[in-house]
Amino acid sequence: MKDLLTSKRFWLMWAGYALFLLIWYGSTNWLPIAAFNRLPGPIEVITEWVNPDPFYGISIFTAPYYTHILYSVVRATSAFLLAVALGVPLGILMGWSKRFNEYASGLFGLLRPIPPLAWVPVAILLFAQPEAAVVFVTFLVAFFATTMNTFVGVRSIDQDYFRAAECLGSSPTQVLRHVIIPGALPHIFTGLQIAMGAAWFSLAAGEMIAAQYGLGFLVFESYNLIQFPTIVIGMATLGLAGYISSALIRVIGNRLMQWREQALGMEG
Amino acid sequence: MNSGMAQRIPEGPVASGGMAERPDVGKLSVRGVGKIYDPEGAAVVAVENCDVEVEAGDFVAIVGPSGCGKSTLMNAIAGFDTITSGEIILDGVPLATPELAPRPGPDRVVVFQHGALFPWKTVLENVTYGPMVQGKLSGDEAHTRAMNLLGECGGLDRVADTYPPQLSSGMQRRVEIVRALMNDPSILLLDEPFRAMDTVSKTTMHRHLLQMYRVCRRTIIFITHDLEEAVFLADKVMIMTSRPGTIKKSLDVTLSRPRSTDMLTSEEFRELKLQLSATVHEEAKKAFARGEREQA
Repeated sequence: MKDLLTSKRFWLMWAGYALFLLIWYGSTNWLPIAAFNRLPGPIEVITEWVNPDPFYGISIFTAPYYTHILYSVVRATSAFLLAVALGVPLGILMGWSKRFNEYASGLFGLLRPIPPLAWVPVAILLFAQPEAAVVFVTFLVAFFATTMNTFVGVRSIDQDYFRAAECLGSSPTQVLRHVIIPGALPHIFTGLQIAMGAAWFSLAAGEMIAAQYGLGFLVFESYNLIQFPTIVIGMATLGLAGYISSALIRVIGNRLMQWREQALGMEG
Repeated sequence: MNSGMAQRIPEGPVASGGMAERPDVGKLSVRGVGKIYDPEGAAVVAVENCDVEVEAGDFVAIVGPSGCGKSTLMNAIAGFDTITSGEIILDGVPLATPELAPRPGPDRVVVFQHGALFPWKTVLENVTYGPMVQGKLSGDEAHTRAMNLLGECGGLDRVADTYPPQLSSGMQRRVEIVRALMNDPSILLLDEPFRAMDTVSKTTMHRHLLQMYRVCRRTIIFITHDLEEAVFLADKVMIMTSRPGTIKKSLDVTLSRPRSTDMLTSEEFRELKLQLSATVHEEAKKAFARGEREQA
């Protein structure tokens, strides 16, 4: 903790935040541009956010705020877990079997560039109810990111590790367990972080179009109701949720890959 | 040492000048082996009509310029790649023929040029890996044996719980050799294992390797392009040339065992080295001339 307080990085980080708040405050209060003056300033947002009796009905003291968070978190988590459960095995299969990769990679190349929002109408038609549709589009982007990174991870494992494993008498399932999975793990976790980020991104978009609750819905609803500070509260909460979920994945990854931590420590 | 050790690894200081006795397995015959790469119809001859005879327990070095097919030959023996003619026989059993699908196995363990310890497993996990996945030893047995063998090979038991990337490249290579020895291989295939090392570490590695060879004598095939290293370590040095890649000559190293670094300055060593480098040079010239003719 003492290290943290004396480290340059820590203070620079806070200086960054402070600078951002200053620019924000300045642009809404001092700039003689009407468009900026309509936006809520930081003080307005923060006083609303921590207000026990918020003017627009949403603050950390109100139940609806947590309902929105809960909806978004449940959707993002279920979409993410589904993406991991399907994407990691698929990516491993693609990396493992040349033939399977030939089938899958062409299809992936075509499907992946389709923006998540373009899937929303199809998803609603497909699932007949908005909840599943929102989760589906969220799942989709996370799934592509997970699968592709897992695939790249398997492909990037040095051929000598496979040969060594065979030399030492491994069966194909032992190769999978002792070489492919641990060898691809760094890439898989990079993929999971990207997937989590992408999941929040398309979740918010999906919620704006097709949901009754959730942070994305809150942002858009507040815009429609001209409740400007609440828009920013929704945005900031999305940012925080994304940051926390990424950090969680990083912590789990570091725990699973202690060999890498140590090795990187040596280099650093 | 205790009963956890395999029966073929003899105990402590051994008879006949400190050398372990000649093992009863590890006799390798490479007969007329050829390998033609033909991916797009343009046949490339990597190895042609290659003959190697290695007696059980011998230390054989194969020297030759880069691209002469040393690795192709090695991959064929290891079972990583097919051959297109000839046969490779280990202790009377065919390992490779043009009809046989190549299959690597713990009877011929390779130590790789760039090192292939699993970085995600600790030294101990790496070393016990072979016997464990083969189901040859229980966890406890493998652990005891690994710690013994690591300890014997220059106190490597001290780093048993470390991950390989933290070790020096010399230590990593020694651990990799121990990992190979844990399988009781009939043959140890060393593919330029000390290539990237400086002279000082190389000398240390030679000492360690000779010590391991003395204690657990195995057939060793050692690929290198360092002539001094070849003479110092091996009983027999085979010279491989390019165009086509084949064994042209071999040189018997008459230096006695156990070998020590003092021998490096001896007259006998100097002469053997000169003889070897003269032969290599001559063969290289011939190969070059053949190449020129092909081009013309």
